[in-house]
Amino acid sequence: MSGPGHATYLGMPAFPKAADTSTRDTQLRANLRHATHTIRAKRATAVAELDDWGKLRAAGAAIKDRTLRHLDHYLEQLERSVTAAGGQVHWAADADEANRIVTELVRATGEREVVKVKSMATQEIGLNHALAAAGITAYETDLAELIVQLGDDLPSHILVPAIHRNRAEIRDIFAAKMARWGRPAPDNLTDAPADLAEAARLHLREKFLNAKVGVSGANFMVAETGTLVVVESEGNGRMCLTLPETLISVVGIEKVVPTFQDLEVFLQLLPRSSTAERMNPYTSTWTGTTDDDGPRTFHLVLLDNGRTDTLADTVGRQALRCIRCSACLNVCPVYERAGGHAYGSAYPGPIGAILTPQLRGTQSELDASLPYASSLCGACYEVCPVAIDIPEVLVHLRERVVEGGPVSVRGTRTVIKPAKGHAAERAAMRAARWALDHPGVLRTGQRLASRTRRFHPRRLPGPGRAWSDTRELPTVPAESFRDWWQRTRATNDRSTP
Amino acid sequence: MSSRDLVMARVRRALADVPRAETPSEVAVERTYLRRHGDRTPAETADLLAENLADYRAVVHRTHTAALPALIARLLTARNATTVVVPPGLPADWLSATDIRRIPDTADLTPHDLDAVSSVVTGCAVAIAETGTVVLDASPDQGRRRITLVPDHHICVIRVPAQVVDSVPEALERLDPARPQTWISGPSATSDIELDRVEGVHGPRTLEVVLVTED
Repeated sequence: MSGPGHATYLGMPAFPKAADTSTRDTQLRANLRHATHTIRAKRATAVAELDDWGKLRAAGAAIKDRTLRHLDHYLEQLERSVTAAGGQVHWAADADEANRIVTELVRATGEREVVKVKSMATQEIGLNHALAAAGITAYETDLAELIVQLGDDLPSHILVPAIHRNRAEIRDIFAAKMARWGRPAPDNLTDAPADLAEAARLHLREKFLNAKVGVSGANFMVAETGTLVVVESEGNGRMCLTLPETLISVVGIEKVVPTFQDLEVFLQLLPRSSTAERMNPYTSTWTGTTDDDGPRTFHLVLLDNGRTDTLADTVGRQALRCIRCSACLNVCPVYERAGGHAYGSAYPGPIGAILTPQLRGTQSELDASLPYASSLCGACYEVCPVAIDIPEVLVHLRERVVEGGPVSVRGTRTVIKPAKGHAAERAAMRAARWALDHPGVLRTGQRLASRTRRFHPRRLPGPGRAWSDTRELPTVPAESFRDWWQRTRATNDRSTP
Repeated sequence: MSSRDLVMARVRRALADVPRAETPSEVAVERTYLRRHGDRTPAETADLLAENLADYRAVVHRTHTAALPALIARLLTARNATTVVVPPGLPADWLSATDIRRIPDTADLTPHDLDAVSSVVTGCAVAIAETGTVVLDASPDQGRRRITLVPDHHICVIRVPAQVVDSVPEALERLDPARPQTWISGPSATSDIELDRVEGVHGPRTLEVVLVTED
């Protein structure tokens, strides 16, 4: 069957430009405001139920740090465990390789259709697009992913990819598009969430029952036992993980945790941070294959795609602790107003602003703009269940964008040049440093500025124009502090014995 | 160079700052978090389990061993169930009060077959009070994972107090990672429409949990 065109993030404008458009979309802003405010209060309540939240959070961060500092050890252990349990492990250095591996694995089954559980990793590598190019149709089965897929749209939130759509828009998409992909939406479909969920149930049921190949990601992989964990709500995950004959899981290498016991921390942190529930409706764990229960063949594709470059940055590597809960998106004032699409990647919001420029590098205009997509208010750090200091990494990445410096690119240490577009900023900073080092120059400059203050423009000319688009220029006082001090205090001070 | 070797070499290069002699266990992980949140008697733990299950829209029933078969029969009749999937190790007397047609959980039962079945009755491996969760681990009284997924009505029996723990850490201690597990907290739900929770998507839309006290 012919699916709709495939939207991608390629060629998207830099964050300020995209946000300039999206912030004018009042419907989008109303949808986002409603959704993020709903979940914010619920999360706070769910977290407050646990007196030891701070200790769980510290343990979660520490377990992830232990794993990351010894990732080679844990990946080898994981590979052995999964293989011993009957799974087959594949390694993918980048997105293209991962897509190639999955395409070949699907082809080998002889199938032309796969059912998919929502997965950030496959979104990141553009798997659906690659499969379509090979004549394989991937059906997204998560309700929000289905809305995005039917609407030929892009995800805008980690947990709820269709958060930018309200119920009326979802109804219209279902009514218009379901028939092209399979069972049409029921006649007289209303926009009641329960009716919309029912429509999705009916639409997807035949796909689940007939599916021979399932594709998933995973929330956690246990090195010690080879166990994979998928946390979900709707049961579409269980369908994809247990009904098909072949299961292919594409998972970032940073998703490994050392022991089965470590799950006791993350299975408390994740649901409360994510959907603000004590526990999500369904969690599935599987270790390789089981005779006569679930898929007979299990493939695990371990994905690098910039993760090792992120790992090489001792400040930035904490971003790899992320368990994709999306709490940081829900509290972010910038995300709430700009929406997820402005971030131009599968990872929007504060975590995206530090993850995307590390996974992809800061060479494109969009990726270089992401570390600036923040007011540095710190709300993201406060809610992060694994204590990623997002503001710290943002500032670190801003420095990299402006100053350039040593980074790892596809595993090779290299020195990048300062990004374009920051020349004026650097020149201004150099001039300021020189003036501050030369008191005579500073004094002369300040006096000149004071005397000409009536002629100062409201907006800066030339390269400074963009800066003053959204800011008032500070008013220069009639007299500098130094001159005022000299005039009012200096004489007195000297006359005092 | 294979991709495996390439990725492993990149990982090692990226970790050049980690001292070669450092072992994973030298990276401190303080497990000072609580093993359970509050001290409860077994009865209080069972009450909390019932409360949290109901909070996420599971239908909770409480009974004792002798009355269990009659309760299960009543629940199946109330649903107008015509067929029920039965895991191989389900205690025989649980279904002794009903004559609804039984479909044994066998390897050749297809997803389409299961879609035509009304209900499923299972035991469980463990239940978690603090989160309102039942865990299935595909033991003989629970059957293959798919039998509790495709039918629209699931009756799950928990033995109280033997199978009830307070917390997530206590549950993991009892579970075998080699067995495929399904953790269930209420019927299937979604928060995908305006981040508001709606029950009933792909899994069984009705989850009835029976807390049975041993006589």
